[in-house]
Amino acid sequence: MTQPLLDVAGVQKTYTGSGRTVEAVRDLTFSVGDGELVCIVGPSGAGKTTLLKCIAGLLEPTAGTVTLAGARVDGPPDAMAVVFQEYGRSLFPWMTVEGNVELPLKQKKLDKARRRELVRDALEAVGLADVHSAYPWQLSGGMQQRVAIARAVAYEPKVLLMDEPFAAVDAQTRADLEDLIRSLWHKLGVTILFVTHDIDESVYLGQRVLVLSSSPTVIMEDLAIDLPDERTQLETRSSPRFAELRGHVYEQIQLAKHRKGDQHQRDEVAPARSAHGATVAAEPGS
Amino acid sequence: MRGPVVDPVLRWGRTLGFALTLPVVLVTLWWVWSADSTNYYAPPLQTILTTFGDVWFSERLRADVLPSVTRLAIGYTGAVVLGVGLGVLLGANRTLRRVTEPVLEFFRAIPPPALIPILFLFAGIGDTAKVIVIVSGAVWPVLLNTVEGVRAVDDVLSDTSRSYGVTGLARLRHLVLPAASPQIVAGMRQALSISIILMVISEMFASTNGLGFSVIQFQRSFAIPEMWSGILLLGLLGFVLSLLFQLFERRSLRWYHGLRRSQRGEN
Ligand SMILES: Nc1ncnc2c1ncn2[C@@H]1O[C@H](COP(=O)(O)OP(=O)(O)OP(=O)(O)O)[C@@H](O)[C@H]1O
Ligand SMILES: [Mg+2]
Repeated sequence: MTQPLLDVAGVQKTYTGSGRTVEAVRDLTFSVGDGELVCIVGPSGAGKTTLLKCIAGLLEPTAGTVTLAGARVDGPPDAMAVVFQEYGRSLFPWMTVEGNVELPLKQKKLDKARRRELVRDALEAVGLADVHSAYPWQLSGGMQQRVAIARAVAYEPKVLLMDEPFAAVDAQTRADLEDLIRSLWHKLGVTILFVTHDIDESVYLGQRVLVLSSSPTVIMEDLAIDLPDERTQLETRSSPRFAELRGHVYEQIQLAKHRKGDQHQRDEVAPARSAHGATVAAEPGS
Repeated sequence: MRGPVVDPVLRWGRTLGFALTLPVVLVTLWWVWSADSTNYYAPPLQTILTTFGDVWFSERLRADVLPSVTRLAIGYTGAVVLGVGLGVLLGANRTLRRVTEPVLEFFRAIPPPALIPILFLFAGIGDTAKVIVIVSGAVWPVLLNTVEGVRAVDDVLSDTSRSYGVTGLARLRHLVLPAASPQIVAGMRQALSISIILMVISEMFASTNGLGFSVIQFQRSFAIPEMWSGILLLGLLGFVLSLLFQLFERRSLRWYHGLRRSQRGEN
């Protein structure tokens, strides 16, 4: 039994601004054990980013608490790193790749030798050993996202939060980056919370998948992924168990899209829906 | 891609050729047309150029050019420092911005030379007053551009900085100032030309030395070729400063131009 490292209890977030209030997240409670890889999947606008920002201490929840290793989160914790969806906007364009990865380490007051070591190792781990002095905008999208991942890895966080990090890269790059995440997770023993709207991705990556309802958001299901630990794009994705799990999550998402959080209780006992097509995504249109 | 690949030296030469053609033509025309000029107020270019050497490569270099350039340097630097400093404060603080906005708009709307008589009343006619004139006119573009630049710092980048503990002074140095630098530099470019204008005007008003003072002095004593040479020197000064500024801009904003190019390439 793993000890809960991250505890999210009754988190609710209502945005208020200029006469309009939006209840983005209604009531979320879950915990993540030390060293787990948990995926959060939910339809667009479900409040995934909102949740992640609350966990990262970038946003104050309206109600509820986030606890990291026993301490309440009320600002960005040292032990956490975030990789944002918009890689193009999360790297400092006026700094080289090396500068981007190194800056957080400078803030941590690490000495120069240690910084250099961490930067080198992190860039090597993501397969970018030869672009230290390039600027982010000289790199492809996939490479930029790798730099953002390297920056997070070099920071040596206990918890790594990732908000749809691969939504904007092409399919092949995406597959590579997914495998990169699994291998980094194995190597570093870091706890990862991975947000995505891609069902296949969530099942392929996670040990657990949390399915969110539409906004105002609650957790529809907390599903354990009992696929073998060694996963490969080709074999894992074509295994019957993968298809079953994916189908199951897909059904939940379909329900999630049509039922709001306040109807959640009744939905849980509703009979399963009919079967579905082969290729599955939460938002085929988006 | 535009046309075939040309080797860099050739291309550079061509750029230089384009840039120099018109000036050379104009100077030649001036030279030819003015060569036999008997108009007292428009002496031959040759006379002006000879005078130029005599007048400016002399004691005047120290007595007039140096004070002018010093005032300009101090005034301009003051405007930039003040503009960026206040701009960062206002850009980061909405309440402060709201309170000060109408006042700032008003002061900005006053043509800077109109302030000269008042400032000279209060600050005397010494160097300090002239520096104040330059600062009070040149600070606005820097200030307003900085405010805009600071306000427009990207949300994602801002969140990224916070989550990695880049806060306080480090945030200013690594996020806010670099992010606003394209706007700040644009403001600095405007401020430079305003500074030169105000340097000259303030010296024409009341002074005992300086380039503006000299030009007026020559005009009043009907030293016409000398007057022309002063104007020529001011033109050259402005030109050289703007070249230096371009060099500075290209170096300091290399990342920005690169980023823009790559964005245009993608879209
Ligand atoms: N700053 C804000 N002010 C007001 N409303 C907001 C703000 N940010 C998000 N919202 C609203 O909260 C809801 C959830 O947004 P959020 O970005 O968290 O969803 P998401 O699940 O991340 O969506 P996506 O998959 O499209 O990224 C949306 O209805 C959105 O309009
Ligand atoms: Mg989002």
